[in-house]
Amino acid sequence: MTLVALHTRYVALETIRVPIAVVGTVMFPVLSFLFFVVPFREISGDPVASTAAVSQLGLFAVFSVCLFTFGVGVADDRSTPWDPYVRTLPVGAGPRIVARLLNGVLFALLGLLPLLLTAALLTEASVTPTQALLGLGALAVAGVPLLFMGVAIGYSLPVKAAVPVAQVLLLPLAFGGGLFIPPEGFPAWLDAVSQGLPTRAGRDLIIAGTTDVDLPATALPVLAAWALVAGVLAVRAYRRDEGRRFR
Amino acid sequence: MTEILASWAGVTRRYGDVLALDDVSLDVPAGSVVGLLGPNGAGKSTLLSLLLGLRRPDSGTVQLFGGDPRVPANRALLGCTPQETALPPTLKVREVLDFVAGHHRDPIPTARLLDDLGLGEQAGRQTGGLSGGQRRRLSVALALVGRPRLLVLDEPTTGLDVDARHLLWQRVRDFHADGGTVVVTSHYLEEVEALAQRVVVVAAGRVLVDDTLDAVRSRVRQRRVSVRAGALPPLVNVVRADAGDGDRWSLFTDDSDALVRELVHADVPFRDLEVAPASLEEAFLALTSHLPDRHCDRHPDPARRQVTGNRTGARA
Repeated sequence: MTLVALHTRYVALETIRVPIAVVGTVMFPVLSFLFFVVPFREISGDPVASTAAVSQLGLFAVFSVCLFTFGVGVADDRSTPWDPYVRTLPVGAGPRIVARLLNGVLFALLGLLPLLLTAALLTEASVTPTQALLGLGALAVAGVPLLFMGVAIGYSLPVKAAVPVAQVLLLPLAFGGGLFIPPEGFPAWLDAVSQGLPTRAGRDLIIAGTTDVDLPATALPVLAAWALVAGVLAVRAYRRDEGRRFR
Repeated sequence: MTEILASWAGVTRRYGDVLALDDVSLDVPAGSVVGLLGPNGAGKSTLLSLLLGLRRPDSGTVQLFGGDPRVPANRALLGCTPQETALPPTLKVREVLDFVAGHHRDPIPTARLLDDLGLGEQAGRQTGGLSGGQRRRLSVALALVGRPRLLVLDEPTTGLDVDARHLLWQRVRDFHADGGTVVVTSHYLEEVEALAQRVVVVAAGRVLVDDTLDAVRSRVRQRRVSVRAGALPPLVNVVRADAGDGDRWSLFTDDSDALVRELVHADVPFRDLEVAPASLEEAFLALTSHLPDRHCDRHPDPARRQVTGNRTGARA
């Protein structure tokens, strides 16, 4: 347990020593909200639409943490000679993985906090305590396939490839999943594609928790399928990486 | 019987087609200082990475404190240095040392250790801003902070200036004087001479020599006597002879004075006599030629054997 705390502190310290990276991850969702939601009264004045917008951007915050903290962060770790040194210390892989997970949760929460504050102060968005809890729970579930995606990238690519891959995945999946623009405005073909994306399924799940909108029947199977595929990729990448490092 | 802190038994390790270690067996008893000497690519780093639990052997067993080095608990009393460039550049000296100390049950108080190593004033600086020598001292602090029984140093002073090197050597000697056990690799003979009592020479993935420092020193203290001559008679003082360009011969000898006298007495019509210390690389080759046949057969090199030892007269 103390080793988990030690490694969590270490990863956090290392992350905040490059403040601009933290600011980017933490501020991007709330800035998007300020520019694309708050000025439009038809959304920000409508309790359901604005709550949905907060839910979408909340998932976006988690998504970018998954891709950058886990994808790029892990790839970066693997590239430094410090990593093999840490592996000579009397500590197994467990505390290091848990520490990284806790840091992901920490920075995702840091991204959510200003978003929730802004939403409460500047829009009509509102949730009951039950809805808030459901929303957070749904957010955690929706984050699972995205987390695996990040881990798979981190363990299979060198850092120079992980950065562009993370960026290339982030925007289309976020846009296509309706995290920026509500999918109600999508043309039919795009909506059909969108239904199959993990971001869309996650978004729908969260919104079903935070508002009275019904959960589409496809959402949970789609999330489960993506979690399975990304999970298998992540485990394979992790194992292959061990194999390569042991050469 | 002395406790064995580290051992390799029949260890073989390949990287793809390259055989990095070929059936190596080696023991490190408690309280000893073992120097692993060998040219780059000889297999020293592979030996260490197996001991540190970073890699698995393809066959054979590696033991650390009597257990598998890949089990974290077995590394509790191990201290090793990271590469100088490995320190996380944005973290402060104190933070890095506290982080490593946090893995150990009874670490040396970190502030005291930093003072000891002359890093007290740098405690609040990011490691990226340290000089090469300061980084190396921090690396040593990381290796010592857990009060290890076994210290593993890989090329500890490569690139250090003379003062820093002697400081580090003194630190290692102090560690040994307090009962510590050390495995140190180097491709500098001087470094191994300064620290080790026992020298293991590794080349091409095999242990060529495992002997006391004095025994190895006398063998690698060979001289190279170089002459131009058409043919050479059998010479008793030649350990190994290489035919160079044209009529240039390189004669390796344990006693260059005796060899020169021998050349003169034999009335060899030589020119351009040069006497020089054998380079470490040449010394390794000389050691190879001392190997029993069993080893030579596994790495046949007919070209070299033609001109070896007392066959010098063969070329007319």
